[in-house]
Amino acid sequence: MTASAPLIACHECDLLQREVPLPQGGVVRCGRCGAELYRSHPHSLERTLALTAAAIVLFAIANSYPIVGLKLQGQLIQTSLFHTVKTLYDEDMKSIAALVFTTTMLMPALELLAMTWLLLPLRLGRAPLGFAPVFRVLQAVRPWGMVEVLMLGVLVSMVKLAHLATLVPGIALWSFGALMLLMAAVAAVFDPRELWARVSAVR
Amino acid sequence: MNPVQATAASLGLLVCHACGLLSRPAPDSHDARCPRCGAHLHFRKPDSITRTWALLITAMILYIPANLLPMMNTSSLFGSQSDTIMSGVVYFWTSGSWYLALIIFFASIMVPMLKMIALVLLLVTAQSHSRWQQDQRARLYRLVEFVGRWSMLDIYVVAVIVALVQLQGLATIQPGPGAIAFGAVVVLTMFAAMAFDPRLIWDPVEKQHGRNTA
Repeated sequence: MTASAPLIACHECDLLQREVPLPQGGVVRCGRCGAELYRSHPHSLERTLALTAAAIVLFAIANSYPIVGLKLQGQLIQTSLFHTVKTLYDEDMKSIAALVFTTTMLMPALELLAMTWLLLPLRLGRAPLGFAPVFRVLQAVRPWGMVEVLMLGVLVSMVKLAHLATLVPGIALWSFGALMLLMAAVAAVFDPRELWARVSAVR
Repeated sequence: MNPVQATAASLGLLVCHACGLLSRPAPDSHDARCPRCGAHLHFRKPDSITRTWALLITAMILYIPANLLPMMNTSSLFGSQSDTIMSGVVYFWTSGSWYLALIIFFASIMVPMLKMIALVLLLVTAQSHSRWQQDQRARLYRLVEFVGRWSMLDIYVVAVIVALVQLQGLATIQPGPGAIAFGAVVVLTMFAAMAFDPRLIWDPVEKQHGRNTA
């Protein structure tokens, strides 16, 4: 530990600590409260960008195909996520419709867009336009995307309806499952420290 | 190997909550901004305890109608039926899907309640500058932040069921007023957890230390 190593403060307990060099895949935790301070990800930017691109494709599929269908008396009734939101809206449950729309469509979409906006120009060696505001939007949006909770909710409602009719899983069900894993992977690989380092290097 | 035992705030340094940069504010500025990303800077989240209490108390009040009012109203040829969160749990339990009954019971009843109890505990101990179990309280705060989103589960269940059953004409299922109250509880407790500043858990250490050395 050298005296010239840069200082960082724990975001959860404010304790000042010296940065230490990390082996690949290592994690640094706060010495007092145990919060994760930073971790090292080899090729974090490239990996995050690749996972984000895959997630965008799956997001598009997941939102344009039906999630589940009910087969009843020879009839197949299907619902997509957007149709679900619209039904809630028509049922005069506008606040619930807004909540479902925001947490499963708007926020994940914003997260993926902001990620691409920040990472793609950096990958090409340019500084992204409006880097700082977009970065702050990304940080604000992330807790509100709840694709994984939606996934569990769909599964529970399928069990609940299973006695009524035959259930037909739709394309979007599988896409949401994969999207859930990809977004978790994006969150795990994303390294804001490297991002800021690359931006100051480009500038 | 003596670690630097000082907080950023005690040395007059501000941490950016968005990008993590440490900076020293200009001595005469009221509105400090991060020199790197432009976010507003504060030594501690402003009015953290008051805001958290306000959001938390609202959530506690709404937790009552969320559990008493129906989440779903079903009407069919065979009559109509109202389902609260608890009756949904009982339905799954008696129909043999005990694992789903447990998931819903935890996500919809236990998690919001434990989350509110945990926030009360964090607020009361922070307000009394307690030094009791600080590392456990820090862990509790991280758990509250992590687990809160899963309570949204029941909202999605209601949404999907309403959308699917609406179309088939045999029965109509409508979301009940309990769903609105429940959604509000989830969102409010998430905002409450965000308003709480975990650094308040550790601030009494500084004060104690300052007193001892002074």
